[in-house]
Amino acid sequence: MLGIPTKLKRTKGNNMNEKTLDLIEPELSVKVLKVTGQKSSRKRILDMGLTPGTRVDVIRRAPLGDPVEFKLKGYNLSLRKREAETVLVEVVE
Amino acid sequence: MTDKITVALTGNPNVGKTSIFNAITGSKQHVGNWPGVTVERKIGKRVHNDIEMEIVDLPGTYSLTAYSLDEIIARDFIIEEKPDIVVQVIDATNLERNMYLTTQLMELGVKLIIALNMTDLALAKGDSIDSEKMQEFLEVPVISTIGSKGNGIEGLLDAVADELHKTRVTENIFTYDSDIETRGEELEKVLNNDPYFAHYPSRWFSMKLLEGDENILKKAKESESYPEIEKILNELDADSFEAKIADQRYKTIQTMLRQVCDINTEHLSGSDMVDRVVTNKALGIPIFLSLMWAAFEITFTFATPFMNIIDIFFGWFAETATNLITIPWLSSLVGEGMIAGVGSVLIFLPNILLLFFMLSLMEDSGYMARAAFIMDKIMSKIGLHGKSFIPLVMGFGCNVPAIMATRTIEDTRDRLITILITPFMSCGARLPVYVLLAGAFFGRDAGVVIFSLYALGILVAIVSAKLMRSTILRGEDAPFIMELPSYKIPTLKGSFIHMWERGKIYLKKAGSIILIGVVGVWLLASIPAPGSGGVFASEEVYGTTNSVIGVIGQIIEPLVAPLGFDWRIAVALLFGVVAKEIVVGSMGVLYGAGENEDTLSDILAAGAMTPLAGLGLMVFTLLYAPCFACIGVIKRETGSWKWTLFQLAYGTTLAWTFAFAVYQIGSRIGMLA
Repeated sequence: MLGIPTKLKRTKGNNMNEKTLDLIEPELSVKVLKVTGQKSSRKRILDMGLTPGTRVDVIRRAPLGDPVEFKLKGYNLSLRKREAETVLVEVVE
Repeated sequence: MTDKITVALTGNPNVGKTSIFNAITGSKQHVGNWPGVTVERKIGKRVHNDIEMEIVDLPGTYSLTAYSLDEIIARDFIIEEKPDIVVQVIDATNLERNMYLTTQLMELGVKLIIALNMTDLALAKGDSIDSEKMQEFLEVPVISTIGSKGNGIEGLLDAVADELHKTRVTENIFTYDSDIETRGEELEKVLNNDPYFAHYPSRWFSMKLLEGDENILKKAKESESYPEIEKILNELDADSFEAKIADQRYKTIQTMLRQVCDINTEHLSGSDMVDRVVTNKALGIPIFLSLMWAAFEITFTFATPFMNIIDIFFGWFAETATNLITIPWLSSLVGEGMIAGVGSVLIFLPNILLLFFMLSLMEDSGYMARAAFIMDKIMSKIGLHGKSFIPLVMGFGCNVPAIMATRTIEDTRDRLITILITPFMSCGARLPVYVLLAGAFFGRDAGVVIFSLYALGILVAIVSAKLMRSTILRGEDAPFIMELPSYKIPTLKGSFIHMWERGKIYLKKAGSIILIGVVGVWLLASIPAPGSGGVFASEEVYGTTNSVIGVIGQIIEPLVAPLGFDWRIAVALLFGVVAKEIVVGSMGVLYGAGENEDTLSDILAAGAMTPLAGLGLMVFTLLYAPCFACIGVIKRETGSWKWTLFQLAYGTTLAWTFAFAVYQIGSRIGMLA
């Protein structure tokens, strides 16, 4: 349902650094490019502050590998990989 | 002369809204549900400067879109009920995200007051916030508070009183880029010309249309001017507008924050350090399990002496009353019906109070979100949220508080499924049934049998959750987007208030159902069977074949015969709905235990029942209709008799099927014969 369009976008990106948020290793930082996915989850993700241009630090994965914890706008947020997959980002230094 | 006004309290989750609410209203609170849904609604009263304020605590939300029930409730209350003042509680350590809601409230055109809460924590973190400048910028009063200590509450109430008589002027603090503004104005013109929309703030409504808010779109579709609205909306790229609007709200907040505060971003907070350990890859799960074990032990072990006192007291009370009343039937009604009934309501209170005290500590400290974070992977496999784990574990102690604990699960469907499968967690009251039967029939293997029953319960719960997810409660899994709030030291006062609230709700809402159930069963056991000639509630009738319940037992005997049960088991199971442990006591009476110094265990082992039927009975006890207390809280927490009856029917059908399979397959292959 959500998976196909996102995966297409992942390979279509012409920028080499363009990835979906679920693929970013902990301790890296990224900048949000776009939020895709279904309307209801997309809206919530935007409301929580993952708007284009926002810097997000990947903090850690949960002990069992999923969900993942992020830090943005001074607070900590966790998303399942399924939701993180809908956030297109680019790695920043 | 006093004014009467309504003040709505709103804010993000985890900002200390409850502590502000408690500090304002003290003990004058009323907890109920919002009409038609099981989202909690808290209302409190406070008189300040001769103004009688009714404080309505709205559900904590991050935004006012229409994607969660909480948000719709908060939004509808503000729009439809038009509270005189809206107070938004803001976490001073987390301004940027908190103020996203502020932008939406300002667009709604409400009289807004900001309670800048937890200013002590912001200071400790090294942030400096100029609340006066913020007030100038936003053009709404900004009051610094520390809810946990009650600081700033008087100032906040003064501001409410002041604001009451001011006319509100600012609505357009937040301006968007010109393309959005242009479209917004076009829409506003249409809205202003149609009386249908007079009820709504037009700027807010037009922005919601541009954001593509489905709830608002639905409302617009019912209007006569919808074709015009549709025309404007069709001309623009909805997806990009949605992201742009969110983006620009955040940009405006950032611009303001740069002017009014200096945030220390270098600071590695205590929370981050705690999380390095608590959600650590290696330590996270062991720490979680130890905390769960501790919470479980404290809840159920500490409660035992209190439960014993209640038990002994009501035993004594019933006996005394029975002895004092000389009319036999009345003495039985009072003793075995009413007093025992009240006792069976109160017996759960120690569990409920202790569990909610523990849960409140976990919730207020911020650990609850970590627990959900750690367990989510496992729970998502059965289509549930990480937050479903704790109620299910608590179910092993007692299903009643466990079902009440599902309140923390936001998604309605996840919550409903968790409630429906919790009764399959084998609670403490079922253990005496297993101990007796497994001891009588399986001797040294009793431990293995009991363990298997617990495992069967978990298995049934998992399969049921998956089954419900794919049939009657079908749909996309709710997105998992959860804040991990910074750790805070919970206040004892807050936890006590929470604990007491839960206790009150249980007594008021579930208590009556339990009482009616217990007295109902007493009546069935006391009314003599037609034609038996017995005396109402006499010892010769009570629970025997001469009573209605005995006749019912005999009528349903053919139904349970394929499970290897006779009418006595059927009656014991009917009594078991009062409380599961009663199954044992009832069997004792029905099989005449104690008459020849034989214990029930001896009688059963001597062949009153086959071991296979015994195993089936244990399985049946595990799965069939839960006790009245549990039924009472299922009704209270689902708000629906339909779902309550569904649980009873589903559980009982499963119980019958499993016990049937055990007995029939077992006897075919000659096991345990």
